[in-house]
Amino acid sequence: MATVDLTQFHKTFFEESLEGLDAMEAALLALDSGSTDHELVHTIFRAAHSIKGGAATFGFADVAAFTHVAESLLEEVRSERRGVDAELIDLLLRSVDCLRAMLARSSSGQPAADADSEALRGELLRLASGEAVAAPAAAAPGVASATGWAIRFVALPHLLQTGNDPLRLFRELEQLGRLEVRRAFVLDSAPARLAELDPSQCHLGWELRLHGAVARGDVDAVFDWLDGDCELVIESLPGETSATAADPVAMAAPATAPVPAAAPPPACETATVSAASGEGSSIRVDIDKVDALINMMGELVITQSMLSDIGENFRPSQLERLREGLLQLERTTRELQESVMRIRMLPIGSVFNRFPRLVRDLERKLGKQVRLELHGEHTELDKTVLEKIGDPLVHLVRNAIDHGLELPAQRKAAGKPETGTLRLNAYHEGGNIVVQISDDGAGLNRAAIMAKAQQRGLLGAGEEPSDAEVAELIFQPGFSTAAQATDLSGRGVGMDVVRRNVRDLGGSVGVKSEVGKGSVFTIALPLTLAIIDGLVTAVGEERYIVPLTSIVESLRLGAEAVRRIAGGGEVFHFRGEYLPLMRLHRAFGCADAVTEIERGIVVVIEDAGRRVGLLVDDLLGQQQAVIKSLEKHYRRVQGVSGATILSDGSVALIVDVGGVVRLGLRAKAA
Amino acid sequence: MAKILAVDDSVSMRGMVAFTLRGAGHEVAEAENGQLALDMARGSAFDLVLADVNMPVMDGIAMVRELRAMDAYKGVPILMLTTESHTEKKMEGKAAGATGWLVKPFDPEQLLATVKRVLG
Repeated sequence: MATVDLTQFHKTFFEESLEGLDAMEAALLALDSGSTDHELVHTIFRAAHSIKGGAATFGFADVAAFTHVAESLLEEVRSERRGVDAELIDLLLRSVDCLRAMLARSSSGQPAADADSEALRGELLRLASGEAVAAPAAAAPGVASATGWAIRFVALPHLLQTGNDPLRLFRELEQLGRLEVRRAFVLDSAPARLAELDPSQCHLGWELRLHGAVARGDVDAVFDWLDGDCELVIESLPGETSATAADPVAMAAPATAPVPAAAPPPACETATVSAASGEGSSIRVDIDKVDALINMMGELVITQSMLSDIGENFRPSQLERLREGLLQLERTTRELQESVMRIRMLPIGSVFNRFPRLVRDLERKLGKQVRLELHGEHTELDKTVLEKIGDPLVHLVRNAIDHGLELPAQRKAAGKPETGTLRLNAYHEGGNIVVQISDDGAGLNRAAIMAKAQQRGLLGAGEEPSDAEVAELIFQPGFSTAAQATDLSGRGVGMDVVRRNVRDLGGSVGVKSEVGKGSVFTIALPLTLAIIDGLVTAVGEERYIVPLTSIVESLRLGAEAVRRIAGGGEVFHFRGEYLPLMRLHRAFGCADAVTEIERGIVVVIEDAGRRVGLLVDDLLGQQQAVIKSLEKHYRRVQGVSGATILSDGSVALIVDVGGVVRLGLRAKAA
Repeated sequence: MAKILAVDDSVSMRGMVAFTLRGAGHEVAEAENGQLALDMARGSAFDLVLADVNMPVMDGIAMVRELRAMDAYKGVPILMLTTESHTEKKMEGKAAGATGWLVKPFDPEQLLATVKRVLG
């Protein structure tokens, strides 16, 4: 028989194990916060149990050995022989972390166990009662090779109903040696009349002889499933000796060896894992999404056949139908595109889920009290965005707890509840996904930030920046206000890195803060990285695409509405504030562009709460733009996020809103 | 060749079981918990049911009990796939009406040997 290649299931095993660990962690945290729901314990147990089973099956002995110990401990909890306390939860949470690391190592073909995991396994072992964890003793092998066995086998009436069949047993015995049926008999329990016989009941017994050098264990194994379903006496044939004097109905242990838990797992075993199993990424897609896709495909095929029909015998009278068909094609294409995009969309909950744990750890470490609120976990994000937004979010959450929220005593003194609130919220806004991290802490410390900025040379001595400008300072490279770099926030990774990461995803990040009341960090992310809805604008001979999601308004201004300010910048009045005006033709060096304000159009764009007006010649219309990387084909250009090809085949550049707003603000400040 | 229902909440385990059995020429249906398995068992006649013990929604033991209550499954072999190496769970499964068990970890050969044992 061809052997089954088990490596093909490794990737699924790793994926579901990581999911299991997430569920385990969430349930542990729920228990930690005082829930007494017994289902939580079951969930935790099940996760450990599945990982153990899978790991043993797919050859990850270290992982199986580790989980086995954790499972034994959990079994005690499940059967209420052990209570749940903070210490236990702590230990189990560390086990979750440890297993994640072990799985990661396994998936990259390294030995799963290391010194840490062995130390933790030791801790688990010590806590669990020794007896429960001891590896079940292997079956006493039927070393005795008697020359035969006398077997008296009497079926209990319900035997057939368990799906067992005496014939099967005899067949198996026959494979061990020569089987002789000495006597078969009908039991007294059988009804007297045949008509009363229930075919699902068995009323038979047999006296058998099995001849040959058969180990007792092998005979027991044949009957191993029948405990309680039969009366069984197995004796060595008269005159023969047997070295094992097992109980007549001994429960033979299964043929498979149980995982040796107590023995240190051989670290090299996992090294055989194919390295490729950890590579490549896959995506689990909801079946509804696939169905939607197939639906759309069907419509596309129909439209296509309709159009080719018209094309084959075209008559001018069919113009209306052609137009209709094209319209349908456009609609279906768009829907198909959306459906395809949706396949890459995953709920942000998978990222949010790691925060309860993080918050709990930080609370303990810093002596703060934090209530975490999660909202909008079902908001979906592009998979790539989702994978890359985790680190910036973690950083913001760390910062909020480390720098934002005050210690309980300080909060009390400030007349606030001792427990601070940290809120994570995700929602759609226009074509963006907005993720907000808000806290009700102390807010940004203006004095500390300014002092730091001056020390760093980011701010001149006598300058009095506005609050918004002070907030901007924290995003400057190398900026950090923590007097002492704690091991939480001061990792050399600052807010500038957060901003850069978010920008790399085509998003923006900003902060609003109020002293004593807290801070709100807002991250706006594009729904997808591949396509944007854009407004095509003309600047001289060039075409620039402004992402629709960042446009606040387009308007015509009279020359008198624009004021020149010191330093050469221009501003105009818009809804109660003065916005910098940026002449795109000047910024990008375009020839033959409109230079009079009143002849052009001003497009007001917004990035993370800051607005700038762009002067362009004209608006040409809306269009979806498939983003082509400029960096890949040319080089990074300030103020441009990419390029696209217009329907007439010409190339248009896509305006990098964040970059342009920054350029504009700098000009205003200058 | 037999018609087999494989019940396990673990996608990898279920995949391994189904793949192995299909490779041996069996027709395999898959269910991810006891409740779904019951629904499927009502809809068609399986020659063998292989079920994990620990599953959400409905565990393997409750499923066996329900299956045995159905006339069509009174004598059909049901094997529990279990990691419990102590006898407690096996006996619980037995009491519910399971035919026998296969202890995890098992390899494809052991699975096929056990299936052969009950199907002949």
